Amino acid sequence: MKNHMTRFRESYFFYSFKRDKVAMASFFILLIFLLMSASAPLISPYDPYDSHNIDIMNSEMPPSWYDEGSPEFLLGTDNMGRDLLSTMIYGLRISVLIGIGAVLLQAFIGILVGLTAGYVGGKVDAVLMRVADIQFSFPYLMVAIFISAIFQILFGIGSYEKMAVPLLIVIIGLAEWPVYARTIRASVMGEKNKEYVEAARVIGLSRPVIMIRHVLPNTLTSVMVISTIQVANAVMSEAALSFLGLGMPVTMPSLGSLIKSGFEYIFSGSWWITIFPGLFLILFVLVINLLGDWLRDVLNPKLYKG
Amino acid sequence: MSNKPDENLPTREVILSVNRVVKHFDISGGLLDQLKFKNGKLMRQRTTVKAVNDVTLSINKGETLSVVGESGCGKSTLARVVMGLYPPNSGEIYYRSHRIDRLSHEKMLPFRKKMQMIFQDPYASLNPRKTVQQTLEEPLRFHNPAMDTASVEHKIAEVMEQVGVNPAWRGRYPHEFSGGQRQRISIARALVLDPEFIVADEPVSALDVSIQAQILNLLMDAGRDRGLTYLFITHDLSVVQHISTRVAVMYLGTLCEVARADEMFIRARHPYTRALLSAIPKIGETRAKHIKLKGEVPTPVNLPTGCVFHGRCVYADARCSAEVPKLTALDSGSFVACHAVEEGREIK
Amino acid sequence: MSHLLEVEKLEVKFALRSGDLIAINDVSFTLDQGERMGIVGESGAGKSVTGFAIINLISKPGLISGGRIIFNGREISSLPDSEMRKIRGNRISMIFQDPMMTLNPVFTIGTQMLETLYAHRDISRRDAEKIVLEKLRKVHIPSPEKRLSQYPHEFSGGMRQRIIIATSLLTNPAIIIADEPTTALDVTIQAEIMDLLQELCDSEKMGLILITHDLGVVSQVTEKMAVMYAGKIIESGKTSQIVSRPVHPYTMGLIKSLPGVLKPGEKLYQIPGMMPNLTEIPPGCAFNPRCEIKEDICSREEPPLVQKESGVLAACHLKN
Repeated sequence: MKNHMTRFRESYFFYSFKRDKVAMASFFILLIFLLMSASAPLISPYDPYDSHNIDIMNSEMPPSWYDEGSPEFLLGTDNMGRDLLSTMIYGLRISVLIGIGAVLLQAFIGILVGLTAGYVGGKVDAVLMRVADIQFSFPYLMVAIFISAIFQILFGIGSYEKMAVPLLIVIIGLAEWPVYARTIRASVMGEKNKEYVEAARVIGLSRPVIMIRHVLPNTLTSVMVISTIQVANAVMSEAALSFLGLGMPVTMPSLGSLIKSGFEYIFSGSWWITIFPGLFLILFVLVINLLGDWLRDVLNPKLYKG
Repeated sequence: MSNKPDENLPTREVILSVNRVVKHFDISGGLLDQLKFKNGKLMRQRTTVKAVNDVTLSINKGETLSVVGESGCGKSTLARVVMGLYPPNSGEIYYRSHRIDRLSHEKMLPFRKKMQMIFQDPYASLNPRKTVQQTLEEPLRFHNPAMDTASVEHKIAEVMEQVGVNPAWRGRYPHEFSGGQRQRISIARALVLDPEFIVADEPVSALDVSIQAQILNLLMDAGRDRGLTYLFITHDLSVVQHISTRVAVMYLGTLCEVARADEMFIRARHPYTRALLSAIPKIGETRAKHIKLKGEVPTPVNLPTGCVFHGRCVYADARCSAEVPKLTALDSGSFVACHAVEEGREIK
Repeated sequence: MSHLLEVEKLEVKFALRSGDLIAINDVSFTLDQGERMGIVGESGAGKSVTGFAIINLISKPGLISGGRIIFNGREISSLPDSEMRKIRGNRISMIFQDPMMTLNPVFTIGTQMLETLYAHRDISRRDAEKIVLEKLRKVHIPSPEKRLSQYPHEFSGGMRQRIIIATSLLTNPAIIIADEPTTALDVTIQAEIMDLLQELCDSEKMGLILITHDLGVVSQVTEKMAVMYAGKIIESGKTSQIVSRPVHPYTMGLIKSLPGVLKPGEKLYQIPGMMPNLTEIPPGCAFNPRCEIKEDICSREEPPLVQKESGVLAACHLKN
């Protein structure tokens, strides 16, 4: 589709992207992050999950530019003797997986609820939005403690390690879907009174069809904007949960659990175990947020119509 | 049904009739918004906008019936009630002899195919995320699931040609077109199903003068070629004069006068119609003194008693503020709802 | 004799990413005391830009890039903003299409009107209130004393537009620029507002520039008019002359295309095509691709605005 390509290149979207250095830089850094997490097994020097590679004798080695460091471990090793760089790349992979997974779940529930509430209106709207309010008034940490405690009692800690990723996706996903529901509902209410929706009703299309084929595509801009911010939020939530020991287990660390495990050694001088994953996380979240801000400005219909 | 406006006309095939239709909107919001303190007591108060009140009207095959009135008079609501977009609170709507206001979604489908609508705002009436092709294809495929792709393509090209949009542009999105072209596409969407009856809600009001003429010509041509019947909603009286067979004047949700267009523009009878007609700025005429109405348009939330126009009418008397006037046939064939006209109080 | 307002070869440019866009070009006209003038055109023709340019309210990326505006013998297009503010809203007022946009919904109209007055005059509250009431009476608002403490939403559309007009009268301006003042209003109210504007021009000796797309309104209210097309004046002169005997084919087409000129049901005259985008104005006469009587020269040379036999100015190569 050459036509689509040229159209995109001439678009306002692409034009403002090219002009915004911050957005460009953020995009490329994010791209590197995503490529790294996708190809972790190919690029990381060691497999941190493979116990054959781990030697407890190598634990707490400083980065390679220190005298005690070893050129084998660029950023040093953690308290269990794993290569820190490899563990970080794998940790990033888990953080990204949970972040995106949780956002997909949030978006799915939120869009479904928001679309129904906004389009049907009346009592359905009132009930759904009150449910969203209630959900929002639960602190997600409490929910997380609750769910993981129940899970660990029911299935034991062993199976928790295997199930940690989907479990975290569900916990974070459930905690934040009202964000989507509210945004979608607001934009559906704006769209549904437009004449093109009436035109669709005049044709005779049924409500679900109008909702999905006509209204939903016109609310996707706002979905795109909040999704970027929500991915960053989900990654942060996961890190916070892991830091509290409610997230990923040490055997399969995410960036959050790495920071946590290093935190215990920070006063004994092994600062790198916490600082490097911490910087990694901050940079990752920062570029997503910068990109999200830019996206919000560009897609703001008040600033640009088209 | 003694006051059915078309009774005196030669017997004609009535395509659509509206019988004593009432449409009120509840705008009081949730329960908490409804609670009000009155005389020290907590009361539940509902606020309703009385948009259409007891309107009876019928449209003959092949004619263009224009409904005119100022903003807030309920003309657009009437159009949407006729199209089944809003269910009426009471009253009936008949398409030919079938009652259509209570049909289920499925039972309504055959009528949807025959009744189409054109909207006012060419920027809001097309889905911005759909190409012209998709916009025109959707109604065709929906109502004719058996239609093969070649005939769909052919039909779309034919309709685009007819409304004057180059069929080669079918892959474009609405924002690539001007307001006038969008309105043509909107008309194409209405015509693609080959309807017999079209409701046009202010189809030229949002357009520039030179484009208005193009769209009006297109509507008149399509009407003639396809034998269409129009219910034309507008506030622009010069447009009304040009295109209508008959005109219905609405004020605050009620019909004041229904008459043949030529008759009305020569001999309007209802005091409101006269004021309305005298206010049209006509090009080239030195400013004739227009009839000044006293007071302001009341809100449709608190309708006046009796004749809704009595507060602004120079002929109003005690009867007008007490009794609702009925549409009554005059010798000229017009129908007027006015006590003063009926009693001969108004000066001709 | 010098005029109250003289606009000479005015040009307004918008610096856009795709290059400079000339919104209006070579626009010249004059206005005398108490004179009513109409500027007619379709959307995008540059009529509103002209209005904004007179009071120097062109916002970035636009700027007045050429020409002069002489008001009371003084060049005002290049005045610094502090000086311009003494003229804008004081000697030259502007009213807009939507009164709700101009009135602040959270203040009473009394507060808003007093504020406007204080901005331009150093007077006591009592005097100021006296002036406010006087102006409200002048625009026929019943019992203005009570109305002062009401909020904009308590007024109907027509009443709001009257309040806007009263506000613009506070400083006894020499000129009012009215940009589509009645487009959002119903016909009966439009007629009343137009009566009012006409009456005020006579009683206050005020000049009026009425910017509108409605030829009917212009023909009834104004003494002279200018028709704009693609950023230029293509015909100007006495309103009665232009309306009865238009010279430029575009003006002719506009008038002929109005419903109500022909017999009901007849095919309306239609000007083919549409006004070009300002970025793609064709060479020669901007109207030539839509013109039915064009000749070779029309697509080559831009016609100057010159006096025609009937006394009006028109920019057309053809004799009649």
